[in-house]
Amino acid sequence: MEDSTSLGQETENQQLGEAARPGEEEAAAPPRDPGPQSSGPWEAERAPDAAEPRPGSSRTRSPGSRGRAAGHGAVSPPPPQPRKPLRALARQDLGAAQQPDGAVSGAPDAGTALPDPLGLSTDEKASASGSQSREDTSPPTQQYRSSSTHSQPKELRTGNAQGEDPEPGASETAPSTLEIAVQNAKGYLFQASSKTGLNLYDHLSNVLTKIFDERPENAVDIIENISQKVKMAHFSKKLDTLQNENEMLPTYEIAERQKALFLQGHLEGADQELEDEIDLFSQAENSLPNVMESAFYFEQAGLGLGTDETYRIFLALKQLTDTHPVQRCRFWGKILGLEMNYIVAEVEIREGEDEEEVEEEDVAEAEERYNGESEADKDEEDELPKSFYKPPQAIPKEESRTGANKYVYFVCNEPGRPWVKLPSVTPAQIVTARKIKKFFTGRLDAPIVSYPPFPGNESNYLRAQIARISAGTHVSPLGFYQFGEEEGEEEEDVESGRDSFEENPDFEGIQVIDLVESLSNWVHHVQHILPQGRCTWFNPIPKHEEEEEEDEEKEEEKGEEPDYVEQEVGPPLLTPISEDLEIQNIPAWTTRLSSSLIPQYATAVLRSNLWPGAYAFSTGKKFENFYVGWGCKYSVDNYTPPVPPPVYQEYSSGPEITEMDDPSVEEEQAFRAAQEATELASQDNEESGEDDDDDN
Amino acid sequence: MDAESLLLSLELAAGSGQGLSPDRRAALLTSLLLVKRDYRYDRVLFWGRILGIVADYYIAQGLVEDQLAPRKTLYSLNCMEWSLLPPATEEMAAQVAVVKGRFMGDPSHEYEHTEFQKTTAEGEKTFEEDVVVHIKEETRLVSVIDQIDKAVAIIPRGALFKTPFGPVNVNRTFEGLPLSEARKLSSYFHFREPVGLKNKTLLEKADLDPSLDFLDSLEYDIPKGSWSIQMERGNSLVVLRSLLWPGLTFFHSPRTRNHGYIYVGTGEKNMDLPFML
Repeated sequence: MEDSTSLGQETENQQLGEAARPGEEEAAAPPRDPGPQSSGPWEAERAPDAAEPRPGSSRTRSPGSRGRAAGHGAVSPPPPQPRKPLRALARQDLGAAQQPDGAVSGAPDAGTALPDPLGLSTDEKASASGSQSREDTSPPTQQYRSSSTHSQPKELRTGNAQGEDPEPGASETAPSTLEIAVQNAKGYLFQASSKTGLNLYDHLSNVLTKIFDERPENAVDIIENISQKVKMAHFSKKLDTLQNENEMLPTYEIAERQKALFLQGHLEGADQELEDEIDLFSQAENSLPNVMESAFYFEQAGLGLGTDETYRIFLALKQLTDTHPVQRCRFWGKILGLEMNYIVAEVEIREGEDEEEVEEEDVAEAEERYNGESEADKDEEDELPKSFYKPPQAIPKEESRTGANKYVYFVCNEPGRPWVKLPSVTPAQIVTARKIKKFFTGRLDAPIVSYPPFPGNESNYLRAQIARISAGTHVSPLGFYQFGEEEGEEEEDVESGRDSFEENPDFEGIQVIDLVESLSNWVHHVQHILPQGRCTWFNPIPKHEEEEEEDEEKEEEKGEEPDYVEQEVGPPLLTPISEDLEIQNIPAWTTRLSSSLIPQYATAVLRSNLWPGAYAFSTGKKFENFYVGWGCKYSVDNYTPPVPPPVYQEYSSGPEITEMDDPSVEEEQAFRAAQEATELASQDNEESGEDDDDDN
Repeated sequence: MDAESLLLSLELAAGSGQGLSPDRRAALLTSLLLVKRDYRYDRVLFWGRILGIVADYYIAQGLVEDQLAPRKTLYSLNCMEWSLLPPATEEMAAQVAVVKGRFMGDPSHEYEHTEFQKTTAEGEKTFEEDVVVHIKEETRLVSVIDQIDKAVAIIPRGALFKTPFGPVNVNRTFEGLPLSEARKLSSYFHFREPVGLKNKTLLEKADLDPSLDFLDSLEYDIPKGSWSIQMERGNSLVVLRSLLWPGLTFFHSPRTRNHGYIYVGTGEKNMDLPFML
């Protein structure tokens, strides 16, 4: 009976295809040659022909057939289609990999599939006791078999009955060949890699566990990656080290700094009395801009830094206004850099503060000038000619609070980092900055290497660019600002137009649609920077002559008039932007309505084409300017380095340079003759003393 | 940036000040879905925005299964109606090279370009003739997008993998670059068919992983230093900005799958780069 069933099973397997055979061969192989058992079953598979007759021998033994049934538990669960891959697997030396494969094929029904690996793992622990493992593996065998093929049920049942009946007997007897084969295969899988200490069995079960845990789509397509991931996960396991990893240190550092931003409000609130707090609040309200509100409008325009960064900047500005004597503050914009960016705040310092520094600088400058003069004096006394070249008159920078230095600018690299005050700008820096085009690095002390040598480091260049951008792109709706009437008209005003303005209290707003349609409704409210580098004209000529210490009185009288003609003039304050210069047929400004769908609540958006990144919005009553970009000016053509300065011409060869030929003999003789003649004449006139004096 | 995660991507790329207004965002979220359905794309990328003088072009790209296959480019002026652009050709690029300046924002706008052509007439005299060439802005748009894509479209290493059958797929198991790798240019690849890979020596090739390193790496870009790489938000975000095409921002948050690039700019190449560095 047993024989017949086993035979039937065998034939059935053959019917089903050869796919099942490798399993059998593998199962049968070890008993015949026990020697290579340790090396594993794959060796036996390499000679499938030799393995062929063996099943016959195993057929006769009942435990063998039973064991085979158990072996089928691992091999046969997959329905007919997956057998081919199985076979392929088996052909490769991974006969034992069938076990996981069976689990994979079982994946569709989760109920049976999930316990499977667990069963295997218990199996593996108890692999020494054969009966235990048999019990574990055989029940799934039934299920799969019954579902898989039509001809099986009978044999299955018999096989099953058989499996349960002789169980005690089997446990008593020596472990079956197939069992041994399975164990051998397992043993092979358990071999730890000499390099990494991993073994394939654990790896495969980890892979499967990961797949079941994560349930990715099309798992078969990405099995390689999953396998790799599992290995990577093993490798990246943290080792016990004496030092902590400091990989994340900068992250924590900036988080710590920014924490201060968020905390500062609380601390102050706790420390101070209510009244103080109100005072502070009202003061802060005056000095601190409503960054979030303008950010909202800019966002409507499709511009902005993102909500959380804007808020951090807002807090950073609050920190700035709390720690510095700030009268008014504004978020100017962001300048991108190669390594770090700059966040720029435009600040008006309260009266009476921050003066000392300026004076010191002035003193230093004056000293320099004095030294220069004294040297010049010495030069004149010396006999050998010194260089006549004098550097072109250094144009003094404008006083703080006027012209290009009207505002003070603070920059920081990231909100939370300390604010750095930029030095005030000198005309020379502006003039040079116009000739170069550089990227900012993000370090304020970085040198600027350029062809016209830039007087200063990156902080000066940044300040110069800020001045240029402000002068070019800060605009307001017409009528928002008006010229101040109370302030006395200074002398300078006559020359260059009035340079101060104040908010118009009667400003009633402009229709947004008008702002979009007509550029003449926008005006500049920052002074134009002259080619000289200043906002107000500085006459370099008289000063120049003063230094030479020639008749000062005369120069003061004369100086103004001829130079008045040369004076550079730019558009005065509050000039409409419709008069801005075009860039080669490209208008300098582009206006846009922020939303074409809901025009009644839209804002007017102004974009500068000259300074890409400069924007302005206006809702009619409110307005704001903002810059974000690389800090470079736009030009249609590529940047051309400035031409080298003209080569100084040599002295033209005039009478001072050329010399006469040496006197010839005839000339000397003639000269002697002439002398003798005069001597004779003088002897004649000896009496008269006057002539003598003349000769001497 | 992927159309599906547009909002997060925009937030991440906001550091350069380039964003989209709320109405544009909403419109894109709606219309890109429809684009994906109608054109049967596997993925739709929001490519960016080219700023014109009158109007802006919004550009989207459709990708098929194979990520490196030629991409279809669409443009729109109002973010709702999309039109397909023809594929870019070499001829177009040569033609467009003479046009300078900003885009107008009108696809039918024609640039006029006068060329001097020497024609030899019968009497062996060479005449110099002024030939006025008309170039449509649409052509220029196609060409510029293609140039930008070829020059500066990038992906982090490992985000794509090459299947053994040849096509390049999105790597599902990509979990972002580790922090130590995120600062290096060598961990970012050009998102285009490799050009320089074949020129590598055997020694260099030996270290490459064929399923991951099948693209050109950024670190060999010319000129050196045409990328600005920054860690923002306290190392939680890497931002790469192209200096050759100012306006292209790439972002990637290490250890997450979020990465993408967006171009917002005038569509002009920065030829002054060597002077500016």
